[in-house]
Amino acid sequence: MRLRSDRPSPGPSQDAGTTSGLAVATAGLTKRFGHQTAVDDIALRVPRGAVYGFLGPNGSGKTTTIRMLLSLVTPTAGSIEILGLPMPRGAGRALPRVGSLVEGPAFHPYLSGRANLRRLDAADRYADPATADRRIDAALDRVGLLAAAKKHYRAYSLGMRQRLAIAAALLAPRDLLVLDEPTNGLDPQGTREVRSLISTLATDGTTVLVSSHLLSEVEQVCSHVGVMHVGRLVAQGRAADLRGDGDPRVRVDTPQPEDAAHVLREKGLAEVTVGAGRAGGVLAAVPAEEVVAALVHAGVPVQGFVVDRPSLEDLFVSLTGEGFDVSG
Amino acid sequence: MSAVELSPRRTASARFLRSELWLIFGRRRNQAGLLVLMAVPILVAVAVKVTGGGHGDGPDFFSSITDNGLFVALAALTLELPLFLPLAVAAISGDAIAGEANLGTLRYLLAVPVQRTRLLAVKYLAIVVFSFAATLLVTLTGIVMGLALFGGGSMTLFSGTQIGFGEAAGRVLMATAYLSVGFASLGAVGIFVSTLTEQPIGATIAVVIYCVANFIIDTIPQLDWLHPYLITHYWTSFGDLLRSPIAWDGVGKGLFLAAVYILVFWCAAWARFAGKDVTS
Repeated sequence: MRLRSDRPSPGPSQDAGTTSGLAVATAGLTKRFGHQTAVDDIALRVPRGAVYGFLGPNGSGKTTTIRMLLSLVTPTAGSIEILGLPMPRGAGRALPRVGSLVEGPAFHPYLSGRANLRRLDAADRYADPATADRRIDAALDRVGLLAAAKKHYRAYSLGMRQRLAIAAALLAPRDLLVLDEPTNGLDPQGTREVRSLISTLATDGTTVLVSSHLLSEVEQVCSHVGVMHVGRLVAQGRAADLRGDGDPRVRVDTPQPEDAAHVLREKGLAEVTVGAGRAGGVLAAVPAEEVVAALVHAGVPVQGFVVDRPSLEDLFVSLTGEGFDVSG
Repeated sequence: MSAVELSPRRTASARFLRSELWLIFGRRRNQAGLLVLMAVPILVAVAVKVTGGGHGDGPDFFSSITDNGLFVALAALTLELPLFLPLAVAAISGDAIAGEANLGTLRYLLAVPVQRTRLLAVKYLAIVVFSFAATLLVTLTGIVMGLALFGGGSMTLFSGTQIGFGEAAGRVLMATAYLSVGFASLGAVGIFVSTLTEQPIGATIAVVIYCVANFIIDTIPQLDWLHPYLITHYWTSFGDLLRSPIAWDGVGKGLFLAAVYILVFWCAAWARFAGKDVTS
């Protein structure tokens, strides 16, 4: 197996995983605590360079999965590969390239924000002490905490604590960031900042696995999505595919539904349906505006025209029968 | 596997240990504890100075304080041996893993990653350093106070032999080091207990109870077969280093027993911690 020579070079390493282009790959991953199965036979596939939204209600097994990825918890069954290295054996080589935020921030209350980061950096055998101060300040600056660096962690607000935890994950250049509920405790402005930070990191080539029970907070930045429900991974794939981006449905409200359906079929729409006062079909290659023009041209009175793309929220509800804030 | 893989920096381990020590000695609670430890030799010196001292009731070393200030250190060590010093070590060692688990910082340390064996090793090393530092602090405070109030000069041992000041000071430091090893063995018990819980105070109390129970059992004659195995049994042998010639028997056994305790409890801590699910 070929491995990267050193962590500090930026960007994803393409040569680390010889078998796959996956930053995270699990097979049959299962964790039971006593009788309770927290995570049940999941196969995560997080491609390199992706922003993977790991979604699911509170208590659906996201954090336990993340703890297993980071070798904090031993799986009951199954295997894990991080950046092409098998866990937990490869943890010593893989984890220095992984920045993480697990189940909220946790720091020494009587140390300043900067001192807390210095401690984590001191524990990292791969960190260069000579660049520590510069890297710590850069990380603090990136999350907007530089001005409060000298304050005791105890005096930080929840949002500041969350920012400090993100700064800790950014202390060194990372190939993979695992961010568990990074927007918890942040105000809308802070949430936006985290989203934009994730986008920036992803642009730089870092793979990001971001978990959330609030779909709306991460939906915009995710290229890939995995949905957890009661310990199982019930859906996974490219966000666009899951949304069904290729085949939005159109709905025409009209007093002449038969005529409308005829036009829709002519324009090549699939699954054309006719109902009382409406007709519908699945748009393929034809742009929606052409369909409208054709309807008007054929003299079909159009009272309403709707292009309906199924949202991830719809998908989630259909998969789990629950809203996002409900415990699984 | 090729040679070009992540290469850990050699200096970084010392850096982590320094960070650990800084965490221990920089913490207000611990600084306050060290001040209490320092207060005992100061109190002893002043009390003896004010009352004139020398009356037979107190521990052995008390009656000699007016002859040589070095005895203030030995008297203070004798007074702090049953509770204060073990309590200090129990507070530090009980906090080692449980404290980080309680704060949640344990998961972030492990995710850095810090290998669990290395974390235990660095944590324990810091406990050993603390044991030596705390004991030495009592000794040095005692020496300074003693020399200031009673002067130094040559020391008359219990056997009646006189030794020079240099040798006497050397022997006091040896006694200090010997006791530190004993407290370090208690620290090994502490780090083990610390892996069992997420409540650092609980771990500390457990270690103190364990230590006091050892002292109590040591006074029950019916259990004399157990006495040589008690972690505290040979601690008082530090006085043997002030005899002439030095009575090595108790000290030797004490060092051996401490080594066994350190080995057994460190391994127990490792066995408990190495594969443990960290859900804190």
